Amino acid sequence: MMVRFLAGGLTGTRLAMLALLLAAAVLVPVLNLALPTDHPLHVPTYAVTLMGKYLTYALLALALDLVWGYCGILSLGHAAFFALGGYAMGMYLMRQIGTRGVYGDPVLPDFMVFLNWKELPWYWSGFDAFPFAIVMALAVPGLLAFVFGWFAFRSRVTGVYLSIITQAMTYALLLAFFRNDMGFGGNNGLTDFKDILGYSVQSDATRAGLFAASALALAASLVLAIAITGSKLGKVLIAVRDAESRTRFLGYRVEHYKLFVWTVSAMMAGLAGALYVPQVGIINPGEFAPANSIEAVIWVAVGGRGTLVGPIIGAVLVNFAKSWFTAALPEIWLFALGTLFVAVTLFLPKGILGLAASLRARLPKRKDKTSPADVSAGAPIAPAPALARNQAAE
Amino acid sequence: MNVNAYAPRSLPALLLAMLLALLPLALLSSAAGAQDNAALRPLIDALGQGSFGDTEKQVSALAATGDAAVVPALEALTNGDLYVRKADKAVVIGKRAGGSLALTDPLTGEALESTATSALDKIRVNNRLRRTIRAALGGLTLRAADATTRRQAAEAIFKAQDAEGIEALDAAIEAETNPGVAKLMREARAAAVLASDRPTEDKIAAIGTLAERGDRDALSMITAVQNSEASDLHEAAGAALARIEKLQAAWDTARNVWFGLSLGSVLLLAAIGLAITFGVMGVINMAHGEMVMLGAYTTFMVQNLFRTHAPDLFDYSLLVALPAAFLVAGLVGVGIERGIIRFLHNRPLETLLATWGVSLILQQAVRSIFGPTNQEVGNPAFMSGAFEIGQLTITYNRLWILVFALTVFAALLIAMKFTRFGLNVRAVTQNRRMAASMGIRTPLVDALTFGLGSGIAGIAGVALSQIDNVSPNLGQSYIIDSFMVVVFGGVGNLWGTLVAAMSLGVANKFLEPFAGAVLAKILVLVFIILFIQKRPRGLFALKGRAVEA
Amino acid sequence: MTATGSLLYLDGVSVSFDGFKALNNLSFLIGRNEMRAIIGPNGAGKTTMMDVITGKTRPDTGTLLFGEKLDLTRHDEAEIAGFGIGRKFQKPTVFESHTVEDNIALALKASRGPFATLFHRREREESARIDALLELVRLDSRRDDLAGDLSHGQKQWLEIGMLLAQDPQLLLIDEPAAGMTDAETAATADLLRDISKSHSVVVVEHDMTFVRALDVKVTVLHEGSVLAEGSLDHVSSDQKVIDVYLGR
Repeated sequence: MMVRFLAGGLTGTRLAMLALLLAAAVLVPVLNLALPTDHPLHVPTYAVTLMGKYLTYALLALALDLVWGYCGILSLGHAAFFALGGYAMGMYLMRQIGTRGVYGDPVLPDFMVFLNWKELPWYWSGFDAFPFAIVMALAVPGLLAFVFGWFAFRSRVTGVYLSIITQAMTYALLLAFFRNDMGFGGNNGLTDFKDILGYSVQSDATRAGLFAASALALAASLVLAIAITGSKLGKVLIAVRDAESRTRFLGYRVEHYKLFVWTVSAMMAGLAGALYVPQVGIINPGEFAPANSIEAVIWVAVGGRGTLVGPIIGAVLVNFAKSWFTAALPEIWLFALGTLFVAVTLFLPKGILGLAASLRARLPKRKDKTSPADVSAGAPIAPAPALARNQAAE
Repeated sequence: MNVNAYAPRSLPALLLAMLLALLPLALLSSAAGAQDNAALRPLIDALGQGSFGDTEKQVSALAATGDAAVVPALEALTNGDLYVRKADKAVVIGKRAGGSLALTDPLTGEALESTATSALDKIRVNNRLRRTIRAALGGLTLRAADATTRRQAAEAIFKAQDAEGIEALDAAIEAETNPGVAKLMREARAAAVLASDRPTEDKIAAIGTLAERGDRDALSMITAVQNSEASDLHEAAGAALARIEKLQAAWDTARNVWFGLSLGSVLLLAAIGLAITFGVMGVINMAHGEMVMLGAYTTFMVQNLFRTHAPDLFDYSLLVALPAAFLVAGLVGVGIERGIIRFLHNRPLETLLATWGVSLILQQAVRSIFGPTNQEVGNPAFMSGAFEIGQLTITYNRLWILVFALTVFAALLIAMKFTRFGLNVRAVTQNRRMAASMGIRTPLVDALTFGLGSGIAGIAGVALSQIDNVSPNLGQSYIIDSFMVVVFGGVGNLWGTLVAAMSLGVANKFLEPFAGAVLAKILVLVFIILFIQKRPRGLFALKGRAVEA
Repeated sequence: MTATGSLLYLDGVSVSFDGFKALNNLSFLIGRNEMRAIIGPNGAGKTTMMDVITGKTRPDTGTLLFGEKLDLTRHDEAEIAGFGIGRKFQKPTVFESHTVEDNIALALKASRGPFATLFHRREREESARIDALLELVRLDSRRDDLAGDLSHGQKQWLEIGMLLAQDPQLLLIDEPAAGMTDAETAATADLLRDISKSHSVVVVEHDMTFVRALDVKVTVLHEGSVLAEGSLDHVSSDQKVIDVYLGR
């Protein structure tokens, strides 16, 4: 059944990305674990973890592209969903510490002992089971997105207003998670993890496994995103993005469509957060910072919004640059990032993939029938006049 | 135990310490009475004789003279610095100096020959005696010539609820000419009466006096009565408590309103420039907070110039900082508009991203130049200090910022309503093409309007530098709040921004006692998020075709 | 006036924006399979009337019935579209980054829920209908082109095609002839006359030649209410109409 859905949306770029992700999921762990450290093809563990982290960012970018690129909802609060997924995983990891914490309490995490709490808060129960934690990593962001979206879309909050209140949402959560009495470790968040599924989070094999899991999760989410955007629903989403009120007059309940894609996207972001936390070893309220959400938006813009593959490339590129800059020229990084924001919006509105597509279009024409989905895979993404009118029609 | 009682740990003790520091004043003022040394000397010398009980009587006798000349002796006594010279049984004040004691005469203050410790007997005091001495000292200062000293003496007795002080107070009230001090003395007397073994009628009258005072101290005193066994007082105490609590509630409300308006004025300052760029022009400027920050740093620079070149004129530094900050932020704003925003016309989401990039660059630039730490921005004299209205303390800096915010608001309103420039701005924002065809240079108006909004953010930075840390992150802390205020008030409506800022500020402060500061802020945010869902165009939304076109 | 036998029934509908009365006690009815032309000067309330009928604007007062019984004031745009009221905007609004074919496919009468569209698969019947519609609006040669690349007139036709794809009972068409060549205008009039054989149609138009070509009953709006009603010849000889509109 999936094949039928994918048929339209599987362009060359997307196939290549899927193949790359699957190959990486196998090869990187093998090159890390099977080869001796002095072998020229050996991938050091720190690099595995770093790449695994990039892939979770890429998953967040993919989630963001689904709402921004295809439905025109610019979320400045996706870090909130990412962080909530991360906290769900963090809670599982905290429960796995058991008596190895500083205070040696078999049930309570250290920070609760420190706060003199006598028993686990009700919302921590169940998190000792991995499947439950994974379900929560998807369900909690999904539920928040559903409730938030239900209110916002029903009352037709759109454009920058929506962007601003998503930012306010993540800001409110940031403040809330800083509070000690929330029961999530306050300022310090959750850290000092020991095991995941019985394997030490520090070991090479676990790290390679987490990398593979991230690559597979990203590949699976990409397939899902291709299926969604290639379906008739995906076409309705683009219709909403380009001419919301027209879509409504055709009889589509725009708010339901937005709510659907918004919730799916939030759950993807939650999954990304859940994979992120065991690899970096900490989750704290800082992940809710509005700046993080906006940074994720630039990954999408750099790669090319509305292309699915572009945001993955953008996330990896920008974060690679960030890692390099913050190590080599920390002073320069914010200048570079700021310039990137300005330059991409001014000179590269369609991102890297869009640039590639327009370069290709200039080359002598290869006669092949472009499928409609290719429209979204590279070429014109909501020409500015259409967007402008959409805004004006609100 | 003794050591504990010695250190000024409790509030009354602290007040007493302050009181004692004032004694030299009292001394000077009553120099005339100090002639009678001969009469006082025997009383002083008697301090060295007998039991604690005898000493207590002597202290009372000294207090009864009403002569401020005895104050140093009593002060020394309570501090354990009073000695009897074994040789002549004379009482002297001794301060430890090396191995021996430096002696002074307790009445004249003349230095005497220093003596070895062995030649002296220390006059011992116990806690009971200390209380007596404290009362005596209080009574003596109650008749000081200086009104401030008398006021503080009465205050000390009030806090200490010293029953011993009643007679002294009665005498002092009789003599008092300053009505404010007299009132305080009556209150002190009432407090003392409550602690004494006076008859019930007196105590009921005292409760009445205290209820009139109506502050927290009165509340706790009467609550103590309510909780005591004196059941004949319970009725009067209950009534008084109800009265005080009502009064307290009123003052609490007033306090919350004041703090709320103060917070609201900060929000207004932060948001008011945004009300122009976002509200009127419809441009999303995420670097708005950085304009505020630039204003604050300009203040810092201007103050530095004043410090090095004209330290005497430091109080006027803010007057120079205001136009400087307006220019700096305004020019940066014009630069942003010309360099970036105009290319993103009608693409609000892209504008949002590009200006966010600008905000990162500005933050890092300031961090690179000035460093990441907070910069010291001084308060000029007129911004320091506070005054009181009833039980409400109002600090001058908060008051000035409120006045300033309202002034800026009024100026902006007038500029938009009554000037040629304001007319052009409104024309361009309502119908760009029509305005252009009427000969208005729309690019110029765009740039100037954006510059105006940014410049106002800059002068907001001058004001905020007075109450907030001046660091590269200053702007970040205001950006979300500013947007909330503008959106809540209704985009394009300056009055809406004013009402929104003030009501959000007050709401925040009223929530804080119940929820704590952070939770109050979260609740306000959640409220605004829900409110925008209900009324997407804010409190004072424009309606009709103009909005939809 | 009663709603009996009408498809659309407006009685005493008023809308005001900040004191400005966009519709003032507007009353008229449209019969089944009737075509009606609505004319009136700028600000007469034509667009607001369409907004009210399609649920975009809620009337302050008045009755608004569809098919004699259905109270339109209680429903939103999507529901009203689902009842069978289609609308073409003054400015042609098509989905510019979709192909012409996808534009029609999206408009095609079908279940509108997200899950229905997520799992939707195009049946042969639908394909046939899309082909027929594309032929009708003369865009079958451009079916794979992006709608954004069409000319102004072609966009108008595509939008009419999308309207027909919805298979509505009532079509509200705002200035269909704007920006068209004379030949296109004539063809559009033919098309609309054809459509009106099986649908009710309300056309708002400024172009008097076009209105004449439609050859239907005309309602003149002025300041939010009906000024005159009748054949074009009848209303154009009405002194009031001449005063406010035609004569200027």
